[in-house]
Amino acid sequence: MKYLDEFRSADLVQNLLRAIRSAVTRPWTIMEICGGQTHSILRFGLDELLPREITLVHGPGCPVCVTPVELLDAAGRLARMPGVVLCTFGDMLRVPGTLGDLFQARAEGGDVRIVQAPSDAVRMAQRNPDRHVVWFAVGFETTAPATALAVKQARMLGLENFSVLLAHVRVPPAVEAILSSPSNRVQGFLAAGHVCTVMGTAEYEQLARRFRVPIVVTGFEPCDILEGVLHCVRQLEAGRHEVENVYNRVVRSEGNRQAQALMAEVFRPVDLTWRGIGSLPGGGLAFTAEYERFDALRRFDGACDDLARTPLPEGNGANREGECIAALVLQGIRKPNDCPAFAVRCTPETPLGAPMVSSEGACAAYYRYRHGQAASLTVTSP
Amino acid sequence: MCLAVPGRIVSIQGHDLDRTGRVRFGSVVREVNLSCVPEADVGDYVLVHVGFAISRVNEAEAERILEHWRQMGEEPQPEGATP
Amino acid sequence: MTPLVCPSPSQEAERILLAHGGGGRLMHRLIESVFRPAFGNVTDLDAAVVPSPSGRLAFTTDSFVVKPLFFPGGDIGSLAVQGTVNDLAMMGARPLWLSAGFILEEGLPMDTLKRIVASMQRAALEAEVQVVVGDTKVVEHGRCDGLYINTAGIGILEHDLSLGPQAVREGDAILLSGDVGRHGIAILAARNELEFDDPPRSDSAALARPVLDLLQAGVEVHCLRDLTRGGLATALVEIARSSGLHLHIHEEAVPVCDAVRGACELLGFDPLYVANEGCMVVILPESEAERALTRLRQHEVTAKAVRIGRVLGNPGADARESRESGGDPGADAPGSPCLGADAPGSPKKGGVVTAQTALGSSRVLDMLSGEQLPRIC
Repeated sequence: MKYLDEFRSADLVQNLLRAIRSAVTRPWTIMEICGGQTHSILRFGLDELLPREITLVHGPGCPVCVTPVELLDAAGRLARMPGVVLCTFGDMLRVPGTLGDLFQARAEGGDVRIVQAPSDAVRMAQRNPDRHVVWFAVGFETTAPATALAVKQARMLGLENFSVLLAHVRVPPAVEAILSSPSNRVQGFLAAGHVCTVMGTAEYEQLARRFRVPIVVTGFEPCDILEGVLHCVRQLEAGRHEVENVYNRVVRSEGNRQAQALMAEVFRPVDLTWRGIGSLPGGGLAFTAEYERFDALRRFDGACDDLARTPLPEGNGANREGECIAALVLQGIRKPNDCPAFAVRCTPETPLGAPMVSSEGACAAYYRYRHGQAASLTVTSP
Repeated sequence: MCLAVPGRIVSIQGHDLDRTGRVRFGSVVREVNLSCVPEADVGDYVLVHVGFAISRVNEAEAERILEHWRQMGEEPQPEGATP
Repeated sequence: MTPLVCPSPSQEAERILLAHGGGGRLMHRLIESVFRPAFGNVTDLDAAVVPSPSGRLAFTTDSFVVKPLFFPGGDIGSLAVQGTVNDLAMMGARPLWLSAGFILEEGLPMDTLKRIVASMQRAALEAEVQVVVGDTKVVEHGRCDGLYINTAGIGILEHDLSLGPQAVREGDAILLSGDVGRHGIAILAARNELEFDDPPRSDSAALARPVLDLLQAGVEVHCLRDLTRGGLATALVEIARSSGLHLHIHEEAVPVCDAVRGACELLGFDPLYVANEGCMVVILPESEAERALTRLRQHEVTAKAVRIGRVLGNPGADARESRESGGDPGADAPGSPCLGADAPGSPKKGGVVTAQTALGSSRVLDMLSGEQLPRIC
């Protein structure tokens, strides 16, 4: 497919690797923020191809993983209510809350549907006037405009049977939290290209300056990721710390103004406790006054009354899910296979922490692409 | 996060928030909301996430970086070759 | 004057009624009007009596609940025949007899049932098996999705090989009989979850003929496994775990058609995990690989057969002591049933599957916890 295949070319990857090898002189630790990039890196084995000096650590960029347990439980409760249809993305169905996951809710008679776009949920509400459709909205700034659009459409259609369980999160506060942590080891960032497609690059300028860290806006295909690494390494080697955009076939520095306007009309930033990370000022989104009536938590008072009460443990401590080190993994302090529970007590079937659940969670990606590779594999041609 | 795939606009209909189009991804065709890419026209490639176009693909820019990477292979020592 | 017509349900109903499963006249009418015309050899006794062949038999069963009932390239009926035929074929057996059990939903259009039964009969003819015994039950409306089918099959082994993961050896070649993922994506298209210019057809097909051809030609096959719900990756992982060996494939060598590739990009799926219903992995000695490929390519259902990798040995053999001892699981024991491909044998240590990517790196292929879900993020 055009704009995918060319960016996976083995020849171009070799050229980029050669350039990276000649640019690097010292060890560097670089974090890719986005789970989609983590997935690509492991899917194509890019970390194996990079010179030994470069360590890639995997960031918190999996909105599914960081969705607070309280919101997951609210979704589980809403799904079990008679007359309610809970719509969400496929990724969300296996994420465990204290009530189990949404497959469990479905097994208990809840109506949970997988949709591919927020507007599908609006259409479902239109077609089923006797049911109440809740859109469980997860995702970063990339996804939030599509939810904003769906809400505006619902308002224009005068739909009374549509509401949103809002779990959208914002990336820059998480980057700031990681950089502010005393145990931070990340020296350079690959910023999430699709978040920046919507939001632009301005938010990262002050982070790069304040923390003196290079931030390179990077795409998702192998060549794109290596180009991001190359530019990050060159900045690190030269002692520079700038925001660079190497994904400018889709990212403009100002972002997508129309999408930003949609978001600004419907949402406002609020503090949110991310699962595994802790409370992040401005880390989440809430409805503006004009759209508050679409808030499922208002509509179904009590579905999530414990949301404010039980904050997750802050910062770098072990996650409250016992021995799980998700918090450290999500901040790039530890790698998934550093965890004693990894692939032993914690697997995709019995996850202890959220990153083992979502297919782009760092632990699940490691499990899928790396588990078992401890045994030395001498790979020859077939 | 954020699986977004580039596809080519086949047709466009509607206005403002209801501006939608049929977008082709290989041999798959999908209805996509185009309200946030008003500059995109039939024949253009757009980047689509959850049924919603978030950007028009700058084809010249795509070609430029591919060419840059190709040339890297011809240079004996590509050091310092910032685009 | 119109003649008087008895209001009792003597005319053929247009839809399935609960009474069609009730054991009375309607059920007999259903058997006589739908099942017997299609399956000429189906018995009206309590059990089919078949001649006893000498040698080893293979015996298997499978249930089919696919939704929608009809999809490009097949339907639940053809699938129910081919699926069970393939299970027998993977043991190297010549499929002979099938049973067919139907669970029908009250209200199912009679025409739908007739189409499906006709399709089963076509598939049975093509695969050279006979449906010799059947059963029908009807459940209340809303208690099943139209209809479910269970088939069981008996086949005869005409060779002395003991096919299965236990026969796989280091150095063996891994062949694949066709392109991956077409059934899974065809089903998505049939559910209207994806729209195609030209929707891919399910690869659903019986594999018995090419398998028997290989065996009759004396090709020394070690292991056969048809790809089903978990796709190529899952089939390979099952073989690796049962054999304790390291299977290595080249991702680029695995054929994927454009429609499947595009759909997978869009949904965030890995084509190696998307379902097939007419494709198999063949593992055999390297020296037999070319001969097998030539033979397979002469059959329409395996015309695209390719070599995708090889067996590299036991990656953990020198690092750990093997806990398994004694006979191979699945080895013949007189008087006891031979454990088939789906037997839940304990996984051996060290079994692993790796795929070399187009970029030259390698990744581990593991089983997924369940069905792949569209990845939005």
